[in-house]
Amino acid sequence: MMKQELSSAQLEAKKRARDLTTKRIFAQSYLWLLLVLLYAPIVLIIFFSFTRSKVLGNWTGFTFGLYENLFTGYDRVAQVHVDPNMYHALWYTLIIALIAATFATLLGTLAAIGIYNMRQKSRKAIQFMNSIPMINPDILTGISLFLLFVFLGISRGLTTVIIAHVVFCTPYVVLSVMPRLTKMNPNIYEAALDLGATPFQALRKVMMPELWPGMLSGFILSITLSIDDFGVTFFTKGSGGLNTLSTFIYADARKGGLTPELRPLFSLIFLTMLVLLIIINWRAAKQTKMN
Amino acid sequence: MKKLSAIIGARRTWAWPYVLFLILFVLLPLLLIFVYAFTTPTGEFTLKNFVQFFNTSEAVNTFIYSIAIALLTTIICLLLGYPAAYIMATAELKTPAVMAMLFILPMWINFLLRTLATVELFNMFSIPLGEGALLYGMCYDFLPFMIYPIYNTLQKMDRSLIEAAHDLGANGREVFAKVILPLSTPGIYSGIIMVFMPTVSTFAISELLTRNKITLFGSLIQRAFGEGGLQMWNYGAALSLIMLLIIGLTSFFGNKDEQEAQSVI
Repeated sequence: MMKQELSSAQLEAKKRARDLTTKRIFAQSYLWLLLVLLYAPIVLIIFFSFTRSKVLGNWTGFTFGLYENLFTGYDRVAQVHVDPNMYHALWYTLIIALIAATFATLLGTLAAIGIYNMRQKSRKAIQFMNSIPMINPDILTGISLFLLFVFLGISRGLTTVIIAHVVFCTPYVVLSVMPRLTKMNPNIYEAALDLGATPFQALRKVMMPELWPGMLSGFILSITLSIDDFGVTFFTKGSGGLNTLSTFIYADARKGGLTPELRPLFSLIFLTMLVLLIIINWRAAKQTKMN
Repeated sequence: MKKLSAIIGARRTWAWPYVLFLILFVLLPLLLIFVYAFTTPTGEFTLKNFVQFFNTSEAVNTFIYSIAIALLTTIICLLLGYPAAYIMATAELKTPAVMAMLFILPMWINFLLRTLATVELFNMFSIPLGEGALLYGMCYDFLPFMIYPIYNTLQKMDRSLIEAAHDLGANGREVFAKVILPLSTPGIYSGIIMVFMPTVSTFAISELLTRNKITLFGSLIQRAFGEGGLQMWNYGAALSLIMLLIIGLTSFFGNKDEQEAQSVI
């Protein structure tokens, strides 16, 4: 009797455990399905970076040819140079991202300190203005700046693109630095001044060490946003032939054929990011283990 | 000199450069959209640009169509993204952080290139490039923006509330409907805004995905500035202002709802 009851309870528990595992397998396979769909185009790009065909989706045999073209700038087989505009676009993408992110980080950090020390009313007003570039879709940011540069008679080019990128990057820097300020002891800056430091010294030696994690994440976010931008760059780059990778791909696609060397280029960018993320995760995991 | 250092010493002045920057590069440009929308190319006041929009049935239809597509994209992203975020936040995955990373990583490949690769995928399976392709591509591009904020709120959720609901006799469905779902509304709202805003204003994605077969409102604006020449700028500004209105309304209601949702908690 006793034995029977026990076994029925055991059966019940077993059944429930089995239900849970099926549920879990089902749930996890849903995630993996989404990831497969999400990565399918990327796998396609990487896959076809190992063949020489002009168009994506046409396999003409395995080769590292496109990688060779990418690094030498010359296609030995077709005996033509790789479109130099692609390299210019890559160069400008990096330059614009670095300069814009640097300016955004400096401007945004100072602004965050300022806003943090303001009275409630002006603080609210500036935070509202700060949120406009984040809410505005890139087409509106782009067009409004386009009209400004036309209105002021400034010819569009590298400078206007950098200004435009600072516009949409800085709000994120302000938002990443702000939480560090709330965590910081507000009196240490004054203490530094009382002990004879100039405001600049106090900023550099007392506040910066506390703020730099926020500044760094703001900087990295700015780089990401800048590199990924298309809409704002499109309207502020002018017609002088300046392109970032985004606008280069857009123009290329509209012309019909996509430069084949873009495939190995983005495969390598993707690989670099993957490795970086793995390293960051691995270090974070190690750190939590140590604590 | 002493006065100057006193001004610099007061930290609230440190925001002044940025305030100036915001006025010059955010407020003034937006003001210019207003000015251009209500003037002729020679600078006289007019309502002609708006009349032209409302009298062009093609433009009005495109406008309504774009909003419908954006709404549909947002709904599909919510239906697909919520379960994904929920599973990531609640199921005992061995590595939830890695999963979250995996959903963000594709964003590092330029979205135009990913869109073009999607087009190639469609071609390989000979799927026609039309409305379905457009919806798929839009969801594809913006799904991570839905998953991430929902995942964030679900992850921060106090787990003891769920246990308490169970202890008080709620079944699984009730716990979800009455505890988990209300607690995740802030994430849902920001997800909706983060998907709706870019989809209603996109212009490149639709052009590439449908080979210019389907025109969205964003493309209409871009054409006014790109190919229309000087004469079309004022019309383009009027269209931009209409878009700005939509964005303003969405963020206003989103903001209000979000505040309400937070006050519930």
